Amino acid sequence: MAVQNQSLPRHDPLPPVIEPGHSFGSVTDKIASIVQTRKTPLGWIFGFAIGFTGLQLLGISVTYLFYKGTYIWGLNIPCGWGLDIINFVWWIGIGHAGTLISAILLLFRQSWRTSINRFAEAMTLFAVACAGMYPVIHTGRPWLAYWLLPYPNTMQMWPNFRSPLIWDVFAVSTYATVSLLFWFVGLIPDLATLRDRADHPVGKTIYGLLAMGWRGSADHWHRYETAYLLLAGLSTPLVLSVHTIVSFDFAVSQMPGWHATVFPPYFVAGAVFAGFAMVMIIAIPLRKFYGLEDFVTMRHFDYMGRITLATGLFVGYGYMVETFMAFYGGNQYETSLMWYRFGGPYAPLYWMLIFCNIISIQLLWFQRIRQSLPWLFGISIIVSIGMWLERFIIIPVSLSHDFLPSSWGMYYPTFWDWSTFVGTLGLFTSLLFLFIRFLPMISIFEVRTLLPEAQVEERAHG
Amino acid sequence: MSAAHAKTAGDPLVHGLMAEFHSASELVAAASATTRAGYVQYDCYTPFPIEELHEAMPHKRNWLPLLVLMGGIFGGLGGFSLCYWTSVIAYPIIVAGKPLNSWPAFIPITFECTILLASLTAVIGMLGLNGFPMPYHPVFNVPRFAFASRDRFFLCIESTDPKFDLESTWSFLSQLQPMQVSQVDR
Repeated sequence: MAVQNQSLPRHDPLPPVIEPGHSFGSVTDKIASIVQTRKTPLGWIFGFAIGFTGLQLLGISVTYLFYKGTYIWGLNIPCGWGLDIINFVWWIGIGHAGTLISAILLLFRQSWRTSINRFAEAMTLFAVACAGMYPVIHTGRPWLAYWLLPYPNTMQMWPNFRSPLIWDVFAVSTYATVSLLFWFVGLIPDLATLRDRADHPVGKTIYGLLAMGWRGSADHWHRYETAYLLLAGLSTPLVLSVHTIVSFDFAVSQMPGWHATVFPPYFVAGAVFAGFAMVMIIAIPLRKFYGLEDFVTMRHFDYMGRITLATGLFVGYGYMVETFMAFYGGNQYETSLMWYRFGGPYAPLYWMLIFCNIISIQLLWFQRIRQSLPWLFGISIIVSIGMWLERFIIIPVSLSHDFLPSSWGMYYPTFWDWSTFVGTLGLFTSLLFLFIRFLPMISIFEVRTLLPEAQVEERAHG
Repeated sequence: MSAAHAKTAGDPLVHGLMAEFHSASELVAAASATTRAGYVQYDCYTPFPIEELHEAMPHKRNWLPLLVLMGGIFGGLGGFSLCYWTSVIAYPIIVAGKPLNSWPAFIPITFECTILLASLTAVIGMLGLNGFPMPYHPVFNVPRFAFASRDRFFLCIESTDPKFDLESTWSFLSQLQPMQVSQVDR
């Protein structure tokens, strides 16, 4: 949380991280008043209603799934993994941008992260909630999902710790726990602010209970900052490990199209790529709707555009290495799969993927595009679709074309595949809207540290 | 809160004396002066973390990093032991021709457990060392203290300090040019 708001040395065409003219009080009022108001905006109700409708669809889809079994999805042999695992990987990837913003940019002392880290962290949590659901419902008997955990049982059986699938259980559950802790710790001082501002006894009690008696003591702040920094240091390798381990689900197997050493770094870059796109998809309308232009400035969007471009180029490099290795390795199964991707029945999806993830982002080289919200919003949507297509190309397309022509087969998602996906979008949207309504979406105390008056002028020590 | 105020006002059950400041710089200067005046038992309350303040105040050992290190070591050993014990002792099954103690395969879980335990220790340790959750604290008896989470800076010399004396401490705090000084009842 170091303050780096000194005037920039050279001519800087970008707007500042926070618009001038704010005081501690005005920052507090602006952000807290979004939450502490009796009037819920109509737009909020409308947005939440859409999300909640999606959530009902999720309820219906999952109930029917539990009643019938996983065959209502388009899964078959050879394609035992379909939209369920695609969406699992897609959602968990989206979560990565939140941790990147909150932890890695904190360690690199990028003070601009302060205005966007809170809702990016919330986005992480909700994305991980959507992701975590998929492997559980994919088991088909979710009431037995606790069998994934190592615990002494009457069957005298233990999980196979050599399997990437069990690594995944540990990685995703650790990631969910640590993200929740990080988010909650970041919220404590702001919850105290809401407690002290609340005029209704119910709000005062609830925020008071959550703030746990925070009073801003200097000793507490010192321990708090230590804990926050340590959490950032711990989350950084964690976030890199999570998508690495997710990629092991594929890379450790023998499947052509999966068995590639480039997978871990390329999955991590893809996760950050998709995540930043999602942060922009959320931030652009939110900023407009709640009038947060002073806190989320065009500088933020410019930087996010740059990160999207950089990670997108990593992903493009990953595609090239994957293709190169398939041909250079000379393995006939790998080569055959590559030709299948380029010209097989799923080829239109492959070329769409190349357009979405490699070609469209080249526009981000231009500052005029990075300074234009409609362009950024459009590119972010395209990138989100592209990253979803990438997982489609990797997962069912590889499965549909394995070693033996006799076992080749196509994968077609059914209505229930799509309804579950739309349902998780609804879950995500609902949670996000509830978060915006009840918790400060920008970290108030960290924005205070960005103000010039937060700088301590050293006086003569006598 | 007002009832408690009325009951204890003026009696010796005083938590301390609290001065309110307008800016972070004033508070840091006041904290340095308080330390120089020989007060030990005092605390500052601010709406955001101020590094300079920690340096101006009497130094206290921060045990958190050590605790987190222990948590991480414990988690790592625990994670590896879990994999080793289940795969070698409790349920030894040869998978894919690998040895029972195929330790490279145990590293991901060892790593995740290290991070998990260290993070839990960081959060629970921070909350525990800070004494949270704390349902009651006397500083909240000062109505102005609600601004400590907004835009005001407070310094409270506690009555447990050996140098504390209601009158002389009051006049000392008044010298620091605060916006106001108030008595904090228990």
